[in-house]
Amino acid sequence: MKFLPLVLANLGRHKRRTALTTLSVAAALFLFASLQTVVTTIAAAAQFGNVRRIVSMNATGIVFPLPLAYANRLRAVPGVEAVSWANWFGGRYGDNKRFFGQFAVDPASYLEMYPEMAVPEDQKQAFLREKSAAIIGRRLLDVFGWKLGQDITIQGTIFPGDWTFTIRGVYTPTDPAINDDMMIFRHDYLEERLGRPGIAGWYVARIDHPDNAARIGKVIDDGFRNSRAPTKTGTEQAFNASFATMWGNVSLLMGTIGLAVVFAILLVTANAMMMSARERIGEVAVLKTIGFTDRLLFTLVMTETALITFTGAAIGLVGAKLLYKGTNFNAAGFLPGFDVTPRTFVVGAAIAVLLALASGLMPALRAARLPIVSALRHVE
Amino acid sequence: MSLVEFRDVHKSFQRDSQRIEVFTNLTLDVERGSFTALMGPSGSGKSTLLNLLAGLDRPTSGSVRVADAEVSAMSPGALAPWRARHIGFVFQQLNLLPVLTAFQNVELPLLLTNLSRKERDERVRVALGVVGLDDRLEHYPRQLSGGQEQRTAIARAIVADPTLILLDEPTGQLDAKSSQEVLGLLQRLNTEFGKTIVIVTHDAHAAERAGVVLHLEKGTLVEAQARAR
Repeated sequence: MKFLPLVLANLGRHKRRTALTTLSVAAALFLFASLQTVVTTIAAAAQFGNVRRIVSMNATGIVFPLPLAYANRLRAVPGVEAVSWANWFGGRYGDNKRFFGQFAVDPASYLEMYPEMAVPEDQKQAFLREKSAAIIGRRLLDVFGWKLGQDITIQGTIFPGDWTFTIRGVYTPTDPAINDDMMIFRHDYLEERLGRPGIAGWYVARIDHPDNAARIGKVIDDGFRNSRAPTKTGTEQAFNASFATMWGNVSLLMGTIGLAVVFAILLVTANAMMMSARERIGEVAVLKTIGFTDRLLFTLVMTETALITFTGAAIGLVGAKLLYKGTNFNAAGFLPGFDVTPRTFVVGAAIAVLLALASGLMPALRAARLPIVSALRHVE
Repeated sequence: MSLVEFRDVHKSFQRDSQRIEVFTNLTLDVERGSFTALMGPSGSGKSTLLNLLAGLDRPTSGSVRVADAEVSAMSPGALAPWRARHIGFVFQQLNLLPVLTAFQNVELPLLLTNLSRKERDERVRVALGVVGLDDRLEHYPRQLSGGQEQRTAIARAIVADPTLILLDEPTGQLDAKSSQEVLGLLQRLNTEFGKTIVIVTHDAHAAERAGVVLHLEKGTLVEAQARAR
């Protein structure tokens, strides 16, 4: 501790350089935390899924619908306790600067199927009573300034036209993997407007026991194998994971960018520390003459580097945590539960340690190994 | 026994393909409590001699003993703490760390000791008081005159109460008035406090203050004068 004033005085020698180097590290770690959180959020989303829910979609692909008539046949499969269905709507609101997902759902069965979407009972009843009713996530109230009872008009893209809904309920997710800026509305309203084509985007079934998921899925798929719309059934987790795999390359890209940024900052920090060490050759010689040992000088330079990198890392990591938590960021609903995890903190801290070692080692060794007599020529 | 004993010291440098002989068989003694001036033209080996004395450099052969320690045989790891204990060094210029105050600069050698913060504080104030700078504790080097900087460097050299104080042309960059102040101070340290001082200088006025004047020429001791002051 008695050497701390010396370390701090050296850091204060070029305040602007020290501040900029610290901010570079902070920016790198902020970016790392952000990119890493994208990856962890996608991974968490892939893990989401109730073990007692299975999803059936068109075997050709999620964009192809299934007949609505499948609902009754699904209910009849042994082990299936409840069935619900949904359609991706894909509409636009206003200037579409703020995207949010809309789903047409079978109202009663869907809310029962997803207790993770908590809706007050009176609002649920209002939703069930009114065909054009909609339930929205709590975040949308803040984003658009909407109120209960307000009519909103969405421009359909997959299903063209202006679609007007009345907000009758607000749901609150009880699981962070469920995002809080979706809108659900009644599937029968969609059917009615479309002239009753009798289609569902996918089915969700609650089963009696998780161990039966594979067997029940096989029964369902076998049952529709020779129909005009064969199904592909899997656990809800697998269904979510299939979406997450679409982000697979994005995750790799994020990781690569993160590493590239950290490496670039390593060079910046190392350069700053080398410059600082070069400027102080004469002073290091004076300190050695006074009796400072090589080991002590090595430690002092490493401490300087560590203070810069650890301060920068703390600013970057804590800044990312506070920013995303404070703004409740979720990338317009694409990344629900976006939050810097403790693991990201640990990896960020490890990167800071590596950064300190890698950028401080050369100047510290240089100071420690400096031959006094030749260094003194800088003094004379 | 002398405080400093050089015996048959040989020192040479290799510069490119050329071998430069600095000393050949140099033998000299510095008595405890003496004030010795080393004079001679540039390149005569004065600073090299001072570096050997402080354990900053090693002789090619021969023996350098200071305060009963065979400095020439010490490992680099052992030399640093030895210097901290026995040597106070003052350079011609750029003695002080510009980012530290006068107080902090003088405190540096004491950071290597086990003294408490209070003890360090007391000793720094005493040392700066001895050199007449007890009112400049919080001043940075850029806020001090050249003479004050050198006096601060001398305070740093004496603060740990070393066995030997070495000065390499301490007045070389100073005006006449500041030079006289610094030399007066050195003389006081020698006579009042009994400090052993070795000073390298070109300045005849500086040498006049010394009790012993050694003349080096091309690495050879050509003249030694002991004068009564």
